[in-house]
Amino acid sequence: MSAAMRIVNGKVYDPANNIDGKIKEICIQDGRIVDSVPEDATIIDAQGMVVMPGGVDIHCHIAGPKVNAARKLQPEDHRHDVHPGTPFTRSGTGGTVPSTFATGYRYATLGYTTAMEAAVTPIGARHTLEEFHDTPVIDKGFYVLLGENIFLQNLLREKRMEEFNEAVAWWINATKAYTVKLVNPGGDEPWKGKKNSNVSDIDEKTDEGLTPRQIIEAFIKSVDKQGFPHPPHIHCNNLGHSGNYITTLETMKTAGDMRAHIAHIQFHSYGGELGKNPVSKAAEIVEYVDNHPNITCDVGQVMFGKSTIMTADAPLAYVLKGHTKGKWVNADTECESGCGIVPFNYQEHIYMHTLQWAIGLEIFLMAKDPWRVILSTDHPNGGSFMNYPKLIKLLMDKAFRHEEMKRVNQSALENCSLRDLDREFTLNEIAIITRAGPARALGLKNKGHLGVGADADITIYDEMDDKEMMFNAPRYVIKSGNTIIGNHEFITDFIGKLLHISPEYDKKIEEVVQPFFESYYSIEFSNYAVDDHYLHDHEVIATGKA
Amino acid sequence: MAENTKIIENATCTFCGCVCDDMILTVDLDEKKIIKSKNACVLGRAWFAEHTIDEDAPAAMIDGKEVSVEEAIEEAAQTLTKAKFPITYGLSDTTCEAQRQAVAITDRIKGNIDTTTSVCHGPSGLAFQGVGESTSTLGEVKNRADLVIYWGGNPAESHPRHFGRYAVTPKGMFTPRGKKDRTVVLVDVRKTKSSPVADILIRPKPGKDFEVLWALRALVKGKKLSDDIEERTGVPLEVLQDLSDRMKNCRFGVLFFGMGLTMTRGRHFNSGALLALATDLNEFTHFVAKPVRGHGNVTGADNVVSWQTGYPFGVNFSRGYPRFNPGEFTTVDTLANGHADAAMIIASDPASNFPKKAIQHLKSIPVVVLDTKMTETSKDAHVAFRTSTYGINTSGTVYRMDDVPITLRPAFESPFPDDESILKGINKRVNELMLAKHYASGASGEVKVAAPI
Amino acid sequence: MTEKMILIPGRSAKQGTSLNIGKLKDEYKEVTSTLEMNTDEMAKRGLVDGDKVRLSNDIGETIVSCIGKKPEDLPDGMLFIPYGPPSSELMASDTAGCGMPLSKHMEVEIEKIST
Repeated sequence: MSAAMRIVNGKVYDPANNIDGKIKEICIQDGRIVDSVPEDATIIDAQGMVVMPGGVDIHCHIAGPKVNAARKLQPEDHRHDVHPGTPFTRSGTGGTVPSTFATGYRYATLGYTTAMEAAVTPIGARHTLEEFHDTPVIDKGFYVLLGENIFLQNLLREKRMEEFNEAVAWWINATKAYTVKLVNPGGDEPWKGKKNSNVSDIDEKTDEGLTPRQIIEAFIKSVDKQGFPHPPHIHCNNLGHSGNYITTLETMKTAGDMRAHIAHIQFHSYGGELGKNPVSKAAEIVEYVDNHPNITCDVGQVMFGKSTIMTADAPLAYVLKGHTKGKWVNADTECESGCGIVPFNYQEHIYMHTLQWAIGLEIFLMAKDPWRVILSTDHPNGGSFMNYPKLIKLLMDKAFRHEEMKRVNQSALENCSLRDLDREFTLNEIAIITRAGPARALGLKNKGHLGVGADADITIYDEMDDKEMMFNAPRYVIKSGNTIIGNHEFITDFIGKLLHISPEYDKKIEEVVQPFFESYYSIEFSNYAVDDHYLHDHEVIATGKA
Repeated sequence: MAENTKIIENATCTFCGCVCDDMILTVDLDEKKIIKSKNACVLGRAWFAEHTIDEDAPAAMIDGKEVSVEEAIEEAAQTLTKAKFPITYGLSDTTCEAQRQAVAITDRIKGNIDTTTSVCHGPSGLAFQGVGESTSTLGEVKNRADLVIYWGGNPAESHPRHFGRYAVTPKGMFTPRGKKDRTVVLVDVRKTKSSPVADILIRPKPGKDFEVLWALRALVKGKKLSDDIEERTGVPLEVLQDLSDRMKNCRFGVLFFGMGLTMTRGRHFNSGALLALATDLNEFTHFVAKPVRGHGNVTGADNVVSWQTGYPFGVNFSRGYPRFNPGEFTTVDTLANGHADAAMIIASDPASNFPKKAIQHLKSIPVVVLDTKMTETSKDAHVAFRTSTYGINTSGTVYRMDDVPITLRPAFESPFPDDESILKGINKRVNELMLAKHYASGASGEVKVAAPI
Repeated sequence: MTEKMILIPGRSAKQGTSLNIGKLKDEYKEVTSTLEMNTDEMAKRGLVDGDKVRLSNDIGETIVSCIGKKPEDLPDGMLFIPYGPPSSELMASDTAGCGMPLSKHMEVEIEKIST
């Protein structure tokens, strides 16, 4: 464990503890923040610097089968962006889908110390955990795709809700996941079994006799009952389609007053007629979120330039392939999920891309409660996480934003209100949308703040006028009390840990799951659950209602 | 009947890429061998029966003389760090845990890493980078496929349970009658032991796969073909039209393809044409394709090398970061061109199946070998380790040909160390040697490594 | 008499089982040096099962024994052999920039070895 350390003279931004730019000492011992440390503790003089908790990415795609397929698919993405090793760190490659080592080190170079992989098939959990083991510095967890799970849908259709809850808990334990992920609920079977079709309405009954809304409601209730620290993480139906904001509002209404997290909400905030160019409905979406404290969301900001679409929403990826006309991956996982991958490029001159960029910014700038509107680019779908510093500058610097607006499609700007928004984020608000907010939404009590008992995950930036430059190059990054980056250089390696939950369940549920398995899976039931040897350092986050 | 036996249920066979995990092994603990392997195919039975322990064999040798494992690790590390162009090769017959160590070593020594993929489905990997792939896990094929096409492969002999466990006869969710619910097509230049499974047999002229695939792409898109197609490819137009219609009208189609495409004229263009055909068909129905991969964990090797470097095979670290260039950094080339000046070969035997010129160069440089048995490659090695067998003596992770990872259940202990522990030892020593070089070059500063990966 | 034919090395179940026993063992050596040819082609050359032939090309040469297959299974002009050291002797190392040597579809000359 790490030695004692004292950070002095720094301007501290710790919104969870109502500290907004105060000069304050931070003491560290044994990987945690403590009240005081002995006199001889190592001192970091943070004079002229900003001290924040380490960043927390609530929604990104960084490890597992689909990510690795996207890596293999794009040598051109890596070639121009190499990541040399040092005597203490491994080498790798970057681009929008970096290698595992580059992913961990690059998050650290932005001051991020936790990241959550947002979509893993249960059968791919073992693969994801192996990649996590090779993803250094950061703590990490993943959301497991259960919405399209055929066995769970069967229980739902038969209204066997007790067993449904048990089975959800069993699957979480079998995969070491952090919460449940739903993607385009009800869309998998039409895609795989009905010649690449899709669902288009939240109340559309599929041949299987379920509607997307029934699936969404069942998971929200189940997770609420079991008290997971983070609610179901929902990728709504109709992503990217004009007029989809209705679906998004309906999805949020389905939650009632129970918690739900809407992923990359920007992609779900479009008005207009299906098949025609969309218009912004950011105001309507933000109004609902602001007025419903049970809802959290991440924005899924689009950043111009190269991205990689990777999603369990296979029909969506196929639509995008129709636009790019380039290479495309489809990957079906038995009984569990679909997946699509398309290399993509957001371009300023294209109406749709500019509108997406503008809607994301509108959502940030309109939201009254930044705690529940979290910064993400849905990495690498809206762009790489390496764009975060630029995104922060867009939010903090109105003049910069207006300069950028001159370079984009002007008719798209006519159909949104970005020109009228003068708000500039403060450092405290940035600390909320990148640290305190995501940690709270995830139920990570020891992250996103600098109070006594918190994990000693700390970033120290030189205070600069150019916020992009500032957030691009922290002077110090401390992870679990270890100084990983000192004076802008990597000085040690660190592995980080897995964050997962372990809800209780009745073992008898295995007798219900097993026969289905033997009929319809291609691996043996007893070889399916991930055993503990795939956990490197890990932490179980408590479940159950407080 | 042996007295001291135990049964291992749901063990996994790692001989071929099917990675069947339903083995029931009976182990004779006194004799240290597997005496029965229920559910195994002919290849699996041989795999389990023949991996016995030769107690007399040395665990490590330098230039043919028995040494301790520690001495051999030291010599291996010295050999690899001294070389200017060290290459790592093999990796398909070992665990992902060992593969991760092998990439780490190669990264640290700024060497070159490549796997048996480059001489197997490497061309399909290149085709994948060009066109992508519509694919699925094997369970989806079992549950859904009503049209199953095998192209350029002979699974009856190379992957004997592929038909029965995954693709032809099993009864699935939407294929309740098994084979009766499927049409099976086999495309191959010769008649093989796989032929009887097919409802339709198509035999193109040798080396004409690309032309046949391209003709099918045209037909699927509704284009007319010239009359001489049969003359050029050996396949009559009516047969092609019929196959095109079946592909467009099925509910869930799958194209499995073998090395009959990747190793013959056209190589990656053949794989690319097939993947493009499967992609095109998604305009009409749901269609997937999948290379029928070979050795037990070759798919794991692709995955590990990809997540650590960004590239699936043929990766060079000489500039301090990964570079990918098939034809330059692939092993047949690094050997045949005479670039490699030391080699670490893990669980593979290039000396018995590489081109003659490559073998000649391999025999002229110092070679470190890890293998479970003596091979053409290990018998002339500078440093040779005898290791235990994955899935029989040691656990670890293996990826099936459809990227599904499975954890191995070992049957009995071996006196020999496993690949991972040998490679960990080499990795640690190499790390020390490279850090010493770093400090010797004048670098300063107190540096601690909290958790070397 | 020499004549160009197409050699297709590939896997066979017997090659697979014998390599488990050991690649330096007799069984593997025997499997990988047994050439399949159709019986019409064999008759044309006066060959019977077990006869030795020399295969050669620009790269090298190797001596293997041959075994007959039905002409409807293995067409005229085509030869099959399980992978192994003998097929390596004939394999060119040029990978045309892709890493894969042309390992199937190798043009070879075949010649009966008079006994």
